[in-house]
Amino acid sequence: MANALPAIETLSSSDPLNGRIVEFPLDRPLLTDGGGCVAPLTIAYQTYGELNAQRSNAILLCHALTGDQHAANVHPLTGKPGWWDVMVGPGKPFDTERYFIVSSNVVGGCLGTSGPSSINPTTGHAYGLDFPVVTIRDMVRAQAMLIDHLGIDQLFCVAGGSMGGMQVLQWAASYPERVFSAMPIATAPKHSSQNIAFHEVGRQAVMADPDWRGGRYLEQGVRPEKGLAVARMAAHITYLSEPALQRKFGRKLQDRAAPTFSFDADFQIENYLRHQGMAFVDRFDANSYLYVTRACDYFDLAADYGGSLAQAFKGTTTRFCVVSFNTDWLYPTSASRAIVHALNAGGASVSFVEIDSDKGHDAFLVYEPDFIATTRGFLEAAAAARGLPRAEEA
Amino acid sequence: MNAPIFPQSAQERPVRLDLAAVAAMVAPGSRVLDVGCGDGALLKLLAETKQVDGRGVELSQRGVNDCVAKGLSVIQGDADTDLRDYPTDGFDYVILSQTLQATHHPRQVLVDMLRIGRRAIVSFPNFGHWKVRLSLLAKGRMPQTTTLAHAWYDTPNIHLCTIRDFVDLVEALGAHIERGAALDHAGAPIRVNAPWWVWNLFGAQAIFLLERDPPKKISLIAAKNT
Repeated sequence: MANALPAIETLSSSDPLNGRIVEFPLDRPLLTDGGGCVAPLTIAYQTYGELNAQRSNAILLCHALTGDQHAANVHPLTGKPGWWDVMVGPGKPFDTERYFIVSSNVVGGCLGTSGPSSINPTTGHAYGLDFPVVTIRDMVRAQAMLIDHLGIDQLFCVAGGSMGGMQVLQWAASYPERVFSAMPIATAPKHSSQNIAFHEVGRQAVMADPDWRGGRYLEQGVRPEKGLAVARMAAHITYLSEPALQRKFGRKLQDRAAPTFSFDADFQIENYLRHQGMAFVDRFDANSYLYVTRACDYFDLAADYGGSLAQAFKGTTTRFCVVSFNTDWLYPTSASRAIVHALNAGGASVSFVEIDSDKGHDAFLVYEPDFIATTRGFLEAAAAARGLPRAEEA
Repeated sequence: MNAPIFPQSAQERPVRLDLAAVAAMVAPGSRVLDVGCGDGALLKLLAETKQVDGRGVELSQRGVNDCVAKGLSVIQGDADTDLRDYPTDGFDYVILSQTLQATHHPRQVLVDMLRIGRRAIVSFPNFGHWKVRLSLLAKGRMPQTTTLAHAWYDTPNIHLCTIRDFVDLVEALGAHIERGAALDHAGAPIRVNAPWWVWNLFGAQAIFLLERDPPKKISLIAAKNT
């Protein structure tokens, strides 16, 4: 679909690993909040469904910390379904027979979009830590360039969970006229001290690995896999609820009848976390992990609006649906309520649902019937308000 | 989670008469906040028959989920704690159906309602109904009626009042009653222009349209049965 659109001054291509790729020319750099500059800017993305003639049915999906553009196709590296396969597809809430879905890899990521593992044109080597530190707003700026490139003035919806939800909030604040409806899910208007603390543990684990080499590991042909795996293990705990861990693993032993009195993975939970860590390093770049976690830490939407979150949304006409999950302790319901209060104070049209689930933060990625019904209802009402034809008419 | 305040049998009717009576008090095309909106039946009715821009607040997660899945703009919240976050004059009407008696601070809730909207519509079960009086007098027990179906130990209704009591509170708040209606157990309005004591004795529930300002003569015209 995107190939049919004019690619003015930009290079468009595609490959199996990254999906579609757009490279903006040097005179259209991404100027970052930290005073840096990314040029040329490359964005890798996927699309699903067809853009209608009025260009009014486009939905942008924003991925979470370690997600990517592969929301609803088989992942080229893992062979597993896309991260939101449960929500995106024909007849699903993000109905690809009705909407044109765009999903792009964030700036600072590692699956085709410019990031620390991209080649720095001035040195011919990977950027490493020479890549500018990016913010959630920088990620959204880059996405806006992609949406411009696709010839879309207004997005019918911007949706995403966790770090993706932060991007949704930033979109609504930065480009209110370009966002008809917004779904910030399992997210927060700012990173808490506890959030920053967990991220710092992860970054220190990466940097403590001798193979990190000050961030120049790619040139030296090594990868800080142990450090990155430990970072993922620690982070993974924060994505699950304590009751779910207890129910799934409890104190069960791994393939043995009794403790071995060693530091082997005696417990199933240890084995599970080690597996999660090792699987993660196969698909994610260690430096990217530093950059995306940092972007979340710097996120504080109210700070950009004189300390008032309500001011960020003042006079907005965007329709919001805020969703939290009752066992999510990473971005708890109280954080979503803060968003809702600010939207109410700003006079916005807002729905808010706390979904009952024992899956913790990761609940937004798995099959949760109430969440699916909520999303479907919200999108259908928004589509009616936007004048989009129903699925069978589209 | 609180048990439904309104009896289940009434909720299952195609169009609840008490909701129709509330809807009759709302001007078409206005902005409405429905506090304690339950499954969204009133908001849906108002959207369909009065083209209102409606928003809801509901305590139960089930109610909120049902509303949002229907495409209504509803947030999970508590009348006692969350109304203070709403901006002044954000709505034309703030509606509280069958919920006032279940709040911890009914006076503050009313104050907030009349701050958020210039008009408020409040419906509540009348504790002055003759069956309630008789039950206490004759049986010496806490009354259980169609509109007050719970036993004393598990009722969510912690601040019950009579129509007289409510009118006193409205006067104490300096608000004005624009319209009022007393409904029987089926939710149908009882005699038009009946004297106060008739309403207080025979109204199973009451609905009042309150106005913050300007001051107006109190006129007690029963809501039209649409």
